[in-house]
Amino acid sequence: MLKMRIIPCLDVKDGRVVKGVNFTQLRDAGDPVEQAKFYDAAGADELCFLDITASSDNRNIILDVVRETAAQCFMPLTVGGGVRGEEDVRNLLLAGADKVSVMTAAVKNPELVKELSLKFGSQCIVVAIDAKSVGHGKYEVFTHGGRQATGIDAVEYARQMEQYGAGEILLTSMDKDGTKSGYNIGLTHALSQAVNIPVIASGGVGNLDHLVQGIKQGGASAVLAASIFHFGEYTIRQAKEYMAKSAIAVRL
Amino acid sequence: MKIAIIDYGAGNLHSVSNAVLRCLSDLGISGEVVLASQPEELDAADHIILPGVGAYSECTANLRAQKGMIEALEENILRAGKPFLGICVGMQLLATRGHEHGIHQGLDWISGDVIALDPQKNIKIPHMGWNDLEIEKTHPILSGIRAGTDMYFVHSYCFDLKDKSCLLASTDYGGKVAAVVGKDNIIGTQFHPEKSQKYGLKLLQNFLQWRP
Repeated sequence: MLKMRIIPCLDVKDGRVVKGVNFTQLRDAGDPVEQAKFYDAAGADELCFLDITASSDNRNIILDVVRETAAQCFMPLTVGGGVRGEEDVRNLLLAGADKVSVMTAAVKNPELVKELSLKFGSQCIVVAIDAKSVGHGKYEVFTHGGRQATGIDAVEYARQMEQYGAGEILLTSMDKDGTKSGYNIGLTHALSQAVNIPVIASGGVGNLDHLVQGIKQGGASAVLAASIFHFGEYTIRQAKEYMAKSAIAVRL
Repeated sequence: MKIAIIDYGAGNLHSVSNAVLRCLSDLGISGEVVLASQPEELDAADHIILPGVGAYSECTANLRAQKGMIEALEENILRAGKPFLGICVGMQLLATRGHEHGIHQGLDWISGDVIALDPQKNIKIPHMGWNDLEIEKTHPILSGIRAGTDMYFVHSYCFDLKDKSCLLASTDYGGKVAAVVGKDNIIGTQFHPEKSQKYGLKLLQNFLQWRP
């Protein structure tokens, strides 16, 4: 049986982790490679790097981070943040990323997803969607960390992305992100039902019940979380055991 | 020993190379990994790996575009009998044909067709994530890997074997899906051992130590 995945996500800025594990056993908590190794050993099912580097001068640093991580971690690695086109995807894949997530560039030009999936294969093209509730059970795609509305319906957009060859959707609720009050189940469910590709739920995890809800009620194939793991509130193992107890298939 | 990983522009060859280097070091074997884009590089190799991600059509076209590569593969694998491992699309290329974006000729080393996973079965496609193995046949490549071990899969097409005796391990995703295939000195895995942590590395170690 296919296992539901737990994916820790690390925010990386200028080659340093800005939101990551803060455990004493790490020699350098700001080193993304150290953190990746930590999660690899902890049994995470995948790892996600979100590059939030603002300056274009430092944009290539993530490639070194990916290269070094891939040399030491034998788990799937997704990298996103500021991916604009074919060259960025190629560079990340060559550096050792297994999947690349695109967000703003895909909103601006949906055809890009078609080109990328034909070129590199659907399996490595993840479309990241930041969505906000706009009432009446509708959700809208936002960009720029939830500040910019696009007028695009999130469910329709997800369907279009599937059709264009996206291999997976990384869905973040901008209403819930950072609240620790749980995933937006309505959004997650609406999207998971609408597409036949895996959906990763993201945004709002505060406890282990939330992970269970994301899978059971939201219908997600994977759950992404940051702070509950980084700050040592729960280990990956605890999360998996809890999910297993809730009758969710996980890799223990 | 020398391990050639075939570089035909369609593989995640650095991930495979990293994993092989790690296995060599864990096994205490001194070895060298060559990213082989020239047919002669296969002649010097002891073990040969064909990685592969992406579409069947693109992979088979890229492999055929490399002058003399297919002949060198046939010479080294089919005639000289060197151990061979195909990963993901590299495994699917062993088949007679692939049915992704049209019908494409495979290597036809293991008879069968590469067909789409059935979307009618209420499963998400691609099959993406960790899924457990059912061992169909004991084989040195599976030494130390028990039934129920999870490996990392990512694919939308699967190998429908003509000769079921070539099935070494399977997984369940809307029905039985070939996970490891083998015939003589040839092995293929649908999952990515280089991304399957401990047991993926174990399979690669088995391959490096395999003397068929």
